[in-house]
Amino acid sequence: MDKLNVMIVGVGGQGTLLTSRIIGKVALSAGYDVKISEVHGMAQRGGSVVTFVRYGENVCEPVVEEGDADILIAFERLEALRYAHFLKKDGVLIVNDCKIDPMTVVIGANQYPENIIETLKDEHKVFSIDGASVAKSLGNSKVLNSVVLGLAAKYIGFSKEQWLSIIEKTVPSKTIEINEKAFLAGYEN
Amino acid sequence: MAEKIIMLGNEAIARGVYEAGVKVSSAYPGTPSTEISESLAKYEEVYTEWAPNEKVAAEVAFGASFAGVRSLACMKHVGLNVASDPLYTFAYTGVNGGSVIVVADDPGLASSQNEQDTRMIGRSAHVPVLEPADSQEAKDFVKFAYEISEKYDTPVILRTTTKLSHSQGVVELEDRVEVTDKVYERNLRKYVMMPASAIARHLVVEERDNKLQEDGCNFPINKMEIKDNKIGFITSGIPYQYVKEVCPNASVLKLGIVNPLPKKLIEEFISKVETVYVFEELEPVIQEQIESWGYKVKGKELFTKQGEYSANLLRKALFGKDNMEFNKKDAPNRPPILCPGCPHRSVFSVLNKLKIHAAGDIGCYTLGAVAPLGVIDSTLCMGASISSLHGIEKARGKDFIKNWVAVIGDSTFLHTGVNSLINMVYNKSTGTVIILDNRTTGMTGHQQHAATGQTLKGEETYAINLAELCKAVGVPNVVEVNAFDVVELEKIVKQAVGGNVLTVIIAKAPCALLKGQKFPYKCVADSEKCKKCGMCLKIGCPAITKQSDGTVKIDETMCNGCGLCSSYCKFGAIQKVEK
Repeated sequence: MDKLNVMIVGVGGQGTLLTSRIIGKVALSAGYDVKISEVHGMAQRGGSVVTFVRYGENVCEPVVEEGDADILIAFERLEALRYAHFLKKDGVLIVNDCKIDPMTVVIGANQYPENIIETLKDEHKVFSIDGASVAKSLGNSKVLNSVVLGLAAKYIGFSKEQWLSIIEKTVPSKTIEINEKAFLAGYEN
Repeated sequence: MAEKIIMLGNEAIARGVYEAGVKVSSAYPGTPSTEISESLAKYEEVYTEWAPNEKVAAEVAFGASFAGVRSLACMKHVGLNVASDPLYTFAYTGVNGGSVIVVADDPGLASSQNEQDTRMIGRSAHVPVLEPADSQEAKDFVKFAYEISEKYDTPVILRTTTKLSHSQGVVELEDRVEVTDKVYERNLRKYVMMPASAIARHLVVEERDNKLQEDGCNFPINKMEIKDNKIGFITSGIPYQYVKEVCPNASVLKLGIVNPLPKKLIEEFISKVETVYVFEELEPVIQEQIESWGYKVKGKELFTKQGEYSANLLRKALFGKDNMEFNKKDAPNRPPILCPGCPHRSVFSVLNKLKIHAAGDIGCYTLGAVAPLGVIDSTLCMGASISSLHGIEKARGKDFIKNWVAVIGDSTFLHTGVNSLINMVYNKSTGTVIILDNRTTGMTGHQQHAATGQTLKGEETYAINLAELCKAVGVPNVVEVNAFDVVELEKIVKQAVGGNVLTVIIAKAPCALLKGQKFPYKCVADSEKCKKCGMCLKIGCPAITKQSDGTVKIDETMCNGCGLCSSYCKFGAIQKVEK
């Protein structure tokens, strides 16, 4: 049986929790043991947030160690840079091409690094997508997470149908159709 | 086959409580414990409430148990300090219906003000402590906790930690088993803790400790895995998972009960293994007791007392290196910040402008301590802002606090702040207290409280009027103001700190993240009019960024249209417009 370590990073409020829960549910539906580690509380207020999904025959630790992630999904460029070292040598990095200045940059104490995606491409397999633009073109900029998840799903595995059936069960009923469209836009990117 | 689903540790605890036939639950929100009550509220069979604080919650649980039903109280670690008064004596009275107190510790300080270890409190209060290691165990251990609570006539603490509470794992669901209410009988020697009864009950408590230490050796929640007889670990909770990850072939004694320790079981394990490591997060609670019995084990000389453990931490301590090679890149920090449209930012912007210091409290508004707002000088515990300000005035006099206020949230004010305010009235303070009334318990994820008009179950109820409450306890000057009206707020704050009477300013505006709110406006910056003065950046709103030419831009998707930035723009370069 396979084992997979997925890490999802972003900025508090970007909806990383829902993404990790969908991945976890897909893995469970495929018969795996699953553990998901989440961040609640203060960090959710615009801080750097990290969630982990691990699945396999038997999962002990709920977190992924540095250098041990198969897939890293970053919802923001700087967060991709911050956590890229969690990836395995042959790990896959999925980046939502978006920039959110941390307060340290807003107040001028730090500079937002240039060319993050290019830098990361030197060391890792990187696939980026402008989730917000794709989502906007579908008519709802809020479903960018599903776009990014769709792209990541190609590298995580499982069938398209397995993903869609879990999305249907997980997102609010009014948004099923648009989320599925968004997922497919990422998946078929 | 039973249904298997993924559950958050906290949801699994709630499920266990439901399955155990519990009828009454009371709690105050606190990360990482909050989701227990929120999940439990969904089960119709269980009465579930938010109490104003943890002391009240624990006493409600006592009352329900005393009346003969199974009961629950839950809280975060520091909440147990507030509840420790009832806890220590509840240990003496024991229970009628089983009673469990779930306490969530926060090693690593994901969202807390200290790293205290609940096992120490369990030990000093003589209350048994159980510690699960995953979601399935969280559910199973809660049910077991009710069994031993009734069998040994004691409240039981179920200790969880952030990593367990906020991790999801696979859980097998079972049905709820209704428990017949116990008969209520008046029993002064057991339930009225005046000295004569308490003297006798203390003996009972000690006997119970001894019995649990013996019987605990046979509890099915402990697990002894003898493999390699050279190296063994005594551990419990989440650290067990790290041991399994790093040393799958080591012998392990995984303790399900961590107070009192099952002494004979531990001695048996030590006799079978050459080198024994005690792997426990935070305090050396297990290690020191084992050493006091005369055994040599390894523990805190290798593993820190601080923070959250990990598999890598164990690996480094044992083998001197990480498993993997990795190259960490420099990236500017991204600390948490107040949200766009947060009313606290508005109040802090005024305090910052007036160069006022604030004694702070527990909530999102602690973020007002850091740049660029930087107005909070102290954060201690729930309710401490008001009493600290009183202490400052009594120490240094009125002149010293003429540029000081206390800031406290609405939920925190009702938790324990009101007691401190009564003290200010009683003992003739003249300070200024600002209640940041955002109509919710914000940081923990928007829970109702006694001034919101809704219960945990979503029923309508009486909403305490904070202004009337302050007036009723005798505050001579109570002023309500819209938190976003910075002109009025500035005037009121100046008057209050300069005046000679105790003043409570209630700055009102709902939390920007409260559900059901509409945001009809957005703010737009005009780069032609922008003079690059940076005034709007001083409020620290994440939606505003400086562009390479020095002018500012407002992110349309992040902006909630509160208009605070436009109030500070002297050049009319920021407009609040309809979306």
